[in-house]
Amino acid sequence: MNENGTVVVARDVTRRYGEGETAVDALRGVSVEVPKGRLTAVMGPSGSGKSTLMHILAGLDKPTSGSVTVAGTEITTMKDSELTKLRREHIGFVFQFFNLLPMLTAEENIRLPLSIAGEKPDKEQFAQLIDSVGLGDRLSHRPAELSGGQQQRVAIARALVSQPEVVFADEPTGNLDSKTGAEILELLRHSVEEMGQTIVMVTHEARAAAIADRVLYLADGQIVRELSGASQSEIGEAMEEIAAR
Amino acid sequence: MTSFTLKGLLTRKLRTALTAIAIILGVATVSGTFVLTDSIDKAFDSIFSDVYRNTDATITPKSPFDAGGDSGTSEASFDESLLPKVKALPDVQAAIGGVASESTQFIKDGKAIAYGGAPNLGFSVDPAQPQFNSLSLVLGAWPGADEVVVDKATADKEDLTVGQTIGVQAEGPVEQMKISGIVKFGSVSSIGGATLAGFDLPTAQRLFEKKGKLDQIRAAAKPGVSPDKLIAQIRTILPPNTEVRSGDAQAREDAKETDEFISFLRYFLLAFGLIALFVGAFVIVNSLSITIAQRTRELATLRTLGASRRQVRLSVVLEALVMGVLASIVGLFLGLGLAKGLFSLFDAVGFTLPNNGILLETRTVIVSLALGIIVTLIASFFPALRATRVPPIAAVREGAELPPGRFHRFRTPFAAVLTALGFGLLVLGLFSHGTSTVLLLLILGTLLVFIGVAMLSAPFIPVLSGILGWPATKIGGAAGSLARDNARRNPQRTASTAAALMIGLALVTLVATLAAGITASFRGAVNDIFTADFAITAQNNYSPIPTSVGRAAAKAPGVTAAGSVRTGESLVFGNKEFATAVTPGAKDVMTIKWTEGSQEVMGNLGADGAFVDKGFADDHDLTIGSKVPMTFVTGKSKTFTVKGIFDPPTGGSPFGPVTISAETWDAENPQPQDLYTFVKFAGGENDANRAALEQSLSGYPNAKVQTRQQFIDNQISGLNSVLNILYVLLALSIIVSLFGIVNTLVLTVFERTREIGMLRAIGLTRRQTRRMIRHESVITALIGAFVGIVLGLILAGLLIAKVDFLIFSFPTTQVIVFAIAAIIVGILAAIFPARRAARLNPLEALHYE
Repeated sequence: MNENGTVVVARDVTRRYGEGETAVDALRGVSVEVPKGRLTAVMGPSGSGKSTLMHILAGLDKPTSGSVTVAGTEITTMKDSELTKLRREHIGFVFQFFNLLPMLTAEENIRLPLSIAGEKPDKEQFAQLIDSVGLGDRLSHRPAELSGGQQQRVAIARALVSQPEVVFADEPTGNLDSKTGAEILELLRHSVEEMGQTIVMVTHEARAAAIADRVLYLADGQIVRELSGASQSEIGEAMEEIAAR
Repeated sequence: MTSFTLKGLLTRKLRTALTAIAIILGVATVSGTFVLTDSIDKAFDSIFSDVYRNTDATITPKSPFDAGGDSGTSEASFDESLLPKVKALPDVQAAIGGVASESTQFIKDGKAIAYGGAPNLGFSVDPAQPQFNSLSLVLGAWPGADEVVVDKATADKEDLTVGQTIGVQAEGPVEQMKISGIVKFGSVSSIGGATLAGFDLPTAQRLFEKKGKLDQIRAAAKPGVSPDKLIAQIRTILPPNTEVRSGDAQAREDAKETDEFISFLRYFLLAFGLIALFVGAFVIVNSLSITIAQRTRELATLRTLGASRRQVRLSVVLEALVMGVLASIVGLFLGLGLAKGLFSLFDAVGFTLPNNGILLETRTVIVSLALGIIVTLIASFFPALRATRVPPIAAVREGAELPPGRFHRFRTPFAAVLTALGFGLLVLGLFSHGTSTVLLLLILGTLLVFIGVAMLSAPFIPVLSGILGWPATKIGGAAGSLARDNARRNPQRTASTAAALMIGLALVTLVATLAAGITASFRGAVNDIFTADFAITAQNNYSPIPTSVGRAAAKAPGVTAAGSVRTGESLVFGNKEFATAVTPGAKDVMTIKWTEGSQEVMGNLGADGAFVDKGFADDHDLTIGSKVPMTFVTGKSKTFTVKGIFDPPTGGSPFGPVTISAETWDAENPQPQDLYTFVKFAGGENDANRAALEQSLSGYPNAKVQTRQQFIDNQISGLNSVLNILYVLLALSIIVSLFGIVNTLVLTVFERTREIGMLRAIGLTRRQTRRMIRHESVITALIGAFVGIVLGLILAGLLIAKVDFLIFSFPTTQVIVFAIAAIIVGILAAIFPARRAARLNPLEALHYE
């Protein structure tokens, strides 16, 4: 973690797919700072590059140029083994389609990052985590026996269990109905408020972005606007403006 | 992580089970082979140790080499005057003399009783000295003069009862004898279908034409005398050409031949188990690869959660390990069942193997488990490598493709090099010397060729599916066209699936082509050589028969020429060789091509003349007038002069490397035997002449009269039995590949759930869905068959080009049968996956994520 309280820093990041005439520039020079203990939302119409930005910030994809540091370390030049270590220690993921392992119970899914790292969970902290995501009686169920909202709760608990520096959430409500989605957003907000968790969330829903401390708008691979502490309607209006350009 | 892997296996039960079958069958064959051969081995050991249980020393004829059981050569018996001398030795408590014969047949209703190739044993029994008698009476009494006891298995099979009269024939004519009793051999009910005939000593000596002679003396020492001391004492009175051994050593000596047979059987069957395992390895590689492709999302998620490449690789290897262990254990026990089944099978076809119970040795357990586990682990290596290439970003991307590996672009060149290397080793093997070197090079070469061709065939899959799938588009309509496109869309997968079948088909084609070559060249050879009207052999076509048969045949009315070929073993230039001898009449009934000398040589060999085949002459630098030293079974040596050299026909020589006159042969060999006799009649081949010949042979039920055509067919029938056994054993690896196809199809259907749902939604009927899967399966099988058959023909061509006595003959019928068999394999493999595909509910399939 940086002394100035930013967890992720990106500088002049570009990303080009393909070569020659068919090349597509997904990102054209993006610089971002993700402050610690805050929820940052990345919005934008489809094809704006918001997913690409998140993949690069999380070390899943490599930029064509530019630099990215996570917890103060440059990640764009990391080898696979270093990236693995980074993900293990500093990064958590929440996916749109939950990505739970179907053969494991909810509890086993939550513990998985720790068991991969060869660690044992702190009992008290684990109980607290379970309590905060509200899964008490569903722990021994397999994903197939859980509702979408419950599955996403498991996924969030899994992302939080190793107490990462930053959690990346990719359209976490994209596959949920609005009521369940709201509960999930509340849970994410809660983790920021109560545990001081840093979260980067990619979404195209104003409703979701409304829980963010800060909203970044991407269009055509560039950051075109930034809002702080905005309401859902302000966020929605800004989004419409950008989409209309 | 471990529990994750194990639970993953549990949720993928079906595909794990289908993959495991590939290993189970191979391991079962291996363990079944060990169990079967160990059990036979133990049973035989108990038979032989039973025989010598109260024997401290044995005296047997001594010969310069071990004469094989069915070679036509018998060791010279010794004079029975030795027995009283042995009995008179101070340390001998008791001694017994006996004679034995391996061609003592029961004749029932004018026909010899024989089961398969099992021997017909005859021997003397002496109930007065029960300590030496390993037979036990079940019914009736021990035999008196001109009486016989029969073993229980034969008596049961042939409905023989005590008091009944039965024909018995050994060396002389058939004699009618009363059955005095039914006996059992120790604790064993049967010895591999052998018939046992026991007589009192004088009767046996007369029947075996060993009057005043003995084949063996068994002696027991007085209490407190060690076998060694007894042996030393016997040695002082031992005449030349006899030897003395301890009872245990004699048991081992007697067991030698069966031990060799069992060891051959073991390696022979093991080879097929290993082939099945090799095919199984292909199935595993393919199934695991597909599974990993389908688990891309899951593996990528693991990576995002911090799993390293190593952990992903280990999870795949661990999965394979668990599967390998389970499959090997199941295979091991299935092998026990298989061995039991084989015992029953052999029993059902009349070749009862000695069986004292199933024996599971520690070695069987270790080797079977180790083989199954190691093969599975090796096969999991490449899929595990693939799994490590799954990038974490695949967790968020829909339909992420695996990035090609670093060595991907070298794949085809590498496969080509592998194939070339394989063929190189094959050719090298063909030109090498020493059985083990040749075998090793041939096996290694074939393995490399199989792996290379399997990898090399992927780029050709689109073309092959296009051609071999053409009928499907005509028969199956839209479903057929879809099937053809499906077979083409993942060439590597189709190629690997077909490769498993390819191996089996290449091997059956190889066998069929070699057999066709042997048959064709054999027919050619017989047509060239056989200038007589009739041939006479044993009923089983290959056992040597007493020479009296040939003499009787020559006396049939109307015979203008008759010649016999004696067969046996002797030492030539110090090496044990299969030697032959001819009667002078042979020159008129057999025509061979002479490079030096002429037909007349066969008639004028005289006391010291010999003719040799060209290869043997080249090896030993022989020309007309060269000397050839021979040592006979009696230990007597004689030098022969080469009078002729002949060029053996492709298809095999009717003679051994060295042939001498029957007269000389008979003088040096106790109980000489003929392999075949050829007879020529004034009127040629007609029914009257045949009747005359059969009439003159009526006293020899074991003699079979055949025309030229019958002779060829009969000789080839032995080859056909061998072929059928090979086909059945190779079918095992084809069954393994069948499960490979089932597995691929099940996984493919699973993968295409959404697509099949879409097709169903736009109007594909259940029937058409099934048809689509079935056609894809058949196309895959046909690709395997096509590549396999072509490869088999090439491999056979290579072998035939090297081997002089074979010609290439295209096995048309067999190839058609194999292609049909492949289609059937395809149809069978599709049954289950097609049903699964047809059962998919279109709506649910579309929802499937």
